[in-house]
Amino acid sequence: MFKGILKEQTIQVGIGFVFIVVLLGTFILPEWMSNNFMYGLSRGLAVLGLMILWRTNLVSFGHALYYGFGAYAVAMAQKYLGVTDVFLRIIIAIAAAGLLGFVLGFILRRYREIFFAMLSLAFSMVLYGLLAKAEFLGSTDGMSISPSTMFGFELGRFGLFYFIGFVVILSLIFAHAYLRSSLGHLTTAIMDNEIRVEYLGYSVEKAIHIKYVISACLAGGAGGLMAAALGQVDPDSMVLWSVSGELVFVTIMAGLGNILAPFVGAIFFEFIRTYAYEFAPQAWQMIIGGTLLAIIFFLPGGLWSLFQKINPFKKEKK
Amino acid sequence: MAIKEILKTSNLQKSFSGIIAAEDINISVKEGEIIGIIGANGAGKTVFVNMITGYLKPTSGTIEFNGSDITGIKPREATHIGVCRSFQVSQVFMSMTVKQNLMIAMSLAKKSGSQLLNPIDDENLSKECDKILKQYNIITQKDLIVSTLSQGMRKLLDIAMAVVGEPKILLLDEPTSGVSVEEKFGIMDIVISALKKSGTTVLFVEHDMEIVERYVDRVMAFYQGQIICDAPPKQALKDKKVIQYVLG
Repeated sequence: MFKGILKEQTIQVGIGFVFIVVLLGTFILPEWMSNNFMYGLSRGLAVLGLMILWRTNLVSFGHALYYGFGAYAVAMAQKYLGVTDVFLRIIIAIAAAGLLGFVLGFILRRYREIFFAMLSLAFSMVLYGLLAKAEFLGSTDGMSISPSTMFGFELGRFGLFYFIGFVVILSLIFAHAYLRSSLGHLTTAIMDNEIRVEYLGYSVEKAIHIKYVISACLAGGAGGLMAAALGQVDPDSMVLWSVSGELVFVTIMAGLGNILAPFVGAIFFEFIRTYAYEFAPQAWQMIIGGTLLAIIFFLPGGLWSLFQKINPFKKEKK
Repeated sequence: MAIKEILKTSNLQKSFSGIIAAEDINISVKEGEIIGIIGANGAGKTVFVNMITGYLKPTSGTIEFNGSDITGIKPREATHIGVCRSFQVSQVFMSMTVKQNLMIAMSLAKKSGSQLLNPIDDENLSKECDKILKQYNIITQKDLIVSTLSQGMRKLLDIAMAVVGEPKILLLDEPTSGVSVEEKFGIMDIVISALKKSGTTVLFVEHDMEIVERYVDRVMAFYQGQIICDAPPKQALKDKKVIQYVLG
C-alpha cells in the first residue's frame, strides 16, 4: 500500500509544506498567527476527510459529528481515564470517530445527494442535542482539556504544533496511498457510474462505507487535535451545524484538486476569519460569505486551481 | 464428449405491476455457443438479459448456471461466478481515460481483499491492460477521456471491461446499437474472435439481421415476452412467426 510513496511528488511537497508551516509557526510568526497555522492544519484533516468523500459526489453537511465526537472522546478519556498523553488522545479520537462512522455508515451508504447530506446533518444535530443536555459532559459550557503530555512530560504549545505537523504528514501519506490504490480509484468510478462498478464485481455500498469510515477517522482526528490545541470542547464550537458548514465552506474554497488543498484552504480560512473579525466585528460573516462567492465565481476549482495554474505539479491529481 | 449445459432457465417470468414483460422462458445454452437474441422493441429481450445478470429479479421461475440456482442473484455476485454483461448504452466511466477504465476493471477482476489497497498503476497490470486494448483495437485511444470517444469505441471498451473478468458466459445487449455502419462489422469481428478464442459462451441481443446471420450458432426470437423460435439462424430467419412478428 505504501510502496514508493515517499518518492511521490505530492508527498514530498506535502512534507515540505508542513515543515515550513511548523517552522514559521514555532520560530518566526507571532503567537496569534502561529495559532491560525496550528488550527488550520488541525481543521484541514477534517476537510481532507470531507474532500475524500466529495470525490464520490457525497457531500456531508454534518461532518462536525465526527469532529466533535473525536474532541469529546479526548475530553472523556481525560475525565474518566486520566488520559493526557497526546498519542493516546489522537488514537482515541480517531478510533471513536471511526467506530461511530462504521456504525452510521451502514445507514448512510444507502443514500446519495441531498439525502446523504441532510441525513449527515440530522445525525450531527442529534449529537449536538445530546451534548447540550448532558450535564456530566458540561452541557453547553463544555469541558476543559488539560495540556497534553508525551511520555509523561508536558508537551507545551510548540511541542503540540510539531505533533500536529507529524499527524498531518501521516494523514497525507495515508490519504495519498488510499487514493492511488485500486480501491481509491473507485472514488471517481462510483461518481461516474455505480452500475458499472457493481457489474465489475465490487459492492458500491462497501466502497462508500470504507470511504466514509476513513473520512470519519480524519474528522475525528481533527477534532482530537483541536481539543488539545484549544484546551476546551463545547457543543457550539465542535458539533453545531455551523461547524459542519465551515468544513463544507473550506472544502469548496480549497478545491478538490489535491490532498494538500484542504490544509492550504483551512489555513487561509483561519486568517480570513481572524482579519474579518478584527476589521469588521459586526459584519465578519458577510466578508467570509463574500470571499466564498468570489472564489465560486472566479476560481470555481477552488484555491488549488490557482496553484495549478502556476505550480509545477499541475497535472497531478492525487 | 458431450458439451456441457452452462445456462438453463425454467418457466422464467417477469411482470411489472401486473404487466407481463417475460413469460415462460425455457432455454438451455451449451458451453461455447454463440446465440443471437432478436425481437421487436419491447419484446422482452433486455428484461431477459437483466434477469440473467441480476439487474432484475424474476417474478417466478428459475435460472441455473453450471447446475447451480442463481435466481435473483445480485449483479456483483453474477460477475463473481462468471456471468458478465455489456450494456445497450455503454456503462463506462466517462470522466476517465480509456486505460483508466480498463485498469479499474482489471484490478477489480484480478485483485481481492487487501490487494485492492495496492497502487492501481501496477506495471504488470498495465502491460496486460495494453495487450487487451490492442486486442480490442482501442490502444491508440488509451489516453483519451471516454466522453470524447465515438459510440463504437465506447461499446468496445464496455465489452472489454466485461471480458477482463474472464466470464464463462457473456451477455451483450445490442453491441452494435448507435454504432456507424462502417464500424459495426469491425466491432463484431474483434469481439467475436476474442470471445471464441477464450471459449466464452455468448448471448447477444441484436436488431441487425446481417450481424445475426454472420456470427451466431443459434437464434432465439422474442415476441411479447415469450420465445417464439429457437433454431439455427438460417432456419429461424425463415420461420413464419419470426418473419411476421420480428422481421416485419
